[in-house]
Amino acid sequence: MRAPAPLGLLALLALLALPQGALADPDPASPAGTDQSPGSAEAPPVVHDRAADRFWPAAAMAAAEQAMMAPAPPYAAMKVDLAEYQLGAGADRWRWEGEGWAGDVNRLLLRTRGEGAVGRRLDEAEVEAAYARAISPWWNLEAGVRQDIRPTPARSHAMLAAEGMAPYLFDVLAAAYLSDRGQLTGRIEASVDQRLTRRLVLQPRMELNLSAQDMPAERLGAGLTSAELGLRLRFEITRRFAPYVGAAWTWRSGRTAAYARAEGEGAAARSLVLGVKGWF
Amino acid sequence: MKWPDVARRALLRGGALAGGGVLVGGGARAFSGPPVVSGPPVLSGEAITLRIGRGAVAMGGRMARAVAINGSVPGPVLRLRQGQMLRLTVVNELAEETSLHWHGLELPFQMDGVPGVSFPGIAPGASFTYAFPITQSGTYWYHSHSGLQEMMGCYGALVIDPAEPEPEPVLREHVLLFSDHSFVDPARILARLKADPGYYNHQPQTLADLLAGGKQAQPLGQRLAWARMRMDPTDIADVTGSVLHYLVNGHDAADNWTGLFTPGEAVRLRCINAAAMTFFNLRIPDLPLEVVAADGQAVQPVVVDEFQFGSGETYDVIVRPGPRAYTIAAETMDRSGMACATLAPAAGMKAAVPPLRPRPLLTMKDMGMAMSGGAMGPMKMRDGANAPQVALGPGVEMISPMPQDRSGDPGIGLDQAGHRVLTYRDLLAAAPNPDPRAPEREIEVHLTGAMNRYMWSIDGRRMQEAHEPIPMRKGERLRMTLVNDTMMAHPIHLHGHLFELVTGHGTHAPRKHTVNVLPGGRISFDMTARPGDWAFHCHLFLHMAMGMMRIVKVRPA
Repeated sequence: MRAPAPLGLLALLALLALPQGALADPDPASPAGTDQSPGSAEAPPVVHDRAADRFWPAAAMAAAEQAMMAPAPPYAAMKVDLAEYQLGAGADRWRWEGEGWAGDVNRLLLRTRGEGAVGRRLDEAEVEAAYARAISPWWNLEAGVRQDIRPTPARSHAMLAAEGMAPYLFDVLAAAYLSDRGQLTGRIEASVDQRLTRRLVLQPRMELNLSAQDMPAERLGAGLTSAELGLRLRFEITRRFAPYVGAAWTWRSGRTAAYARAEGEGAAARSLVLGVKGWF
Repeated sequence: MKWPDVARRALLRGGALAGGGVLVGGGARAFSGPPVVSGPPVLSGEAITLRIGRGAVAMGGRMARAVAINGSVPGPVLRLRQGQMLRLTVVNELAEETSLHWHGLELPFQMDGVPGVSFPGIAPGASFTYAFPITQSGTYWYHSHSGLQEMMGCYGALVIDPAEPEPEPVLREHVLLFSDHSFVDPARILARLKADPGYYNHQPQTLADLLAGGKQAQPLGQRLAWARMRMDPTDIADVTGSVLHYLVNGHDAADNWTGLFTPGEAVRLRCINAAAMTFFNLRIPDLPLEVVAADGQAVQPVVVDEFQFGSGETYDVIVRPGPRAYTIAAETMDRSGMACATLAPAAGMKAAVPPLRPRPLLTMKDMGMAMSGGAMGPMKMRDGANAPQVALGPGVEMISPMPQDRSGDPGIGLDQAGHRVLTYRDLLAAAPNPDPRAPEREIEVHLTGAMNRYMWSIDGRRMQEAHEPIPMRKGERLRMTLVNDTMMAHPIHLHGHLFELVTGHGTHAPRKHTVNVLPGGRISFDMTARPGDWAFHCHLFLHMAMGMMRIVKVRPA
């Protein structure tokens, strides 16, 4: 195939002009150096031998390569999301919720939460141990067990959960539990941090508790058993230590509310909360 | 690294001595006529010994732990001559393995100094002799390639004088080695980032910003759009001035390291970014900077008022100061701190230090989106079809849908600096490129990550999980195209090679060893493969440690 004459002439002219031409101005007719388009040569096959073995003891190279390729040591953190004192209509209460993890893409997870009236036995206390695996940049899948310590008689549960960050930066935890008596319950928590200033953070928080069946012994009805809404304002003295004040509202619903009323308790409660959030 | 009590006391003693040295170095420097190279001690010749051991660096009146070379941070300036042989012995006085890598030198790969790639490393108590010819000239540097020692101060400047004297030599010159250092152990910094990736970002967007309006904050609609994508436009640096101190030749702003000159003369400043985690915006208010070399390679002089450079890059600039003091201001890209020094006709002088400018915000362009404004359209932020080679795992937060050639951009946050800011496209090699062949093929490499998990990788795989070397033939000419699929800038360094940036300058392409790939950007370079195994990685050390690294294996054709 012949190049059209004008194009060839242009190329020739460009070639002639090159020696005294401007140093840098690219000439589209005859690109040079880095202005040229890449060809489509095949890549050579991937090799795994070590070139350095020809110069240094192969055993020492192998050990050094292994050290370089060693997986990172596990990372770990302990977080306290809620550790608070609640001032409400009845007795003052306290409550905690926190977790610790170790690993990276695969994690070992320990979670605990509980609450009770000050000076009395705890109403609720539970511990969870789970394996968590990253399934996307934002979500972890968790499988594990939960042991209730209070109320008694203590129950054990199998747990399956998704935890992560939803669009609009909501931190979400959705968990399903199957107890040793075959009862299915669930819990959904969501919160979002809104920075008012660099250190002052307002955190709306929501929690829904669900049950697939009536559980008279636990005073829980089928469906939505309770909902909680919290609004906490924390001051980050450091990113890892932030005292907060806030308010929390809880509602029991449906038959769960009826159980509560039958025992002389209100179906709704609200409290002022004072606490600390942090991690280390 | 463990610091037993005895060693700690020795360290503090050493620190106090170093502190005394700071006073001599910073305040009462003797002026002994040109040419003067101030800063750490200078070593020359064919036989050099460097001892790597524990040391300390003074910052704000306190001593921080360091890994020192011959007791100093930075290590000695190695002043060599093109054409000489170098026999350099490194003695390891640490309790852990160490190494030195010669950043930007085209040397035999087995002398390149990367443990596990080019040699076995230097065991505690052992020594190793590097021996190689010095074939190039210019401003380079050297640093440890073991663990996070570089982040603890194990680096120094490497200046090579040309074999043939320059026709119009600049007699006065100073090495300006910029670095970052922390009182907090690098491993702890990494652990914090793993637990809370925004831990060191002390300039997040707030409701107060939103109400105040202005450039400091996105308007509500844009903010919601970014929140929907789970992206943070203020995530410009992982590790910031909240934990790092910024140093010039090992001195913080309070030390006021001073480079002396005689008014009226030209001064060559050899600027080296040896920081582990920091991009700097370098300027000297009231003094234009004539850029004459990039990464040690002479370029056609270009006059600017400011330039941004990433870890591993070097620039030589010539300034012509008048009879007064000037502040060398190296502000961090995220505007959380500044490395400061002074250029003055006499010691003890000082000029006004410019305030930190407001921190910039990332834009849609940094996300690899073409258009301006907030409209998202149907563009998908994580569409595997846009990068079939990338493993779309939990460590890949996004795939730039439309990565741009950003070689004409001045860097993050300098679009509206109000003065001349260097871009890669401004750079033209002074001499024709040595290999004008067309590339035989192209390799596309995607820089990937998930800030949310503090994971960094290439093509979606951390080096530790997929040891997939990049194969090349010895002597082949090829084009490497880097695509940044993250929201951060990455200075990418290829060991043992000087490559030509593809910026439309034909056979006068600027030659570099480290290229900054802006977020949402793509950039290409042509290279001629040199035999051996070479490290290829992001020069932000924590990114490299997390796996944003590959080995390039060049074998005979």
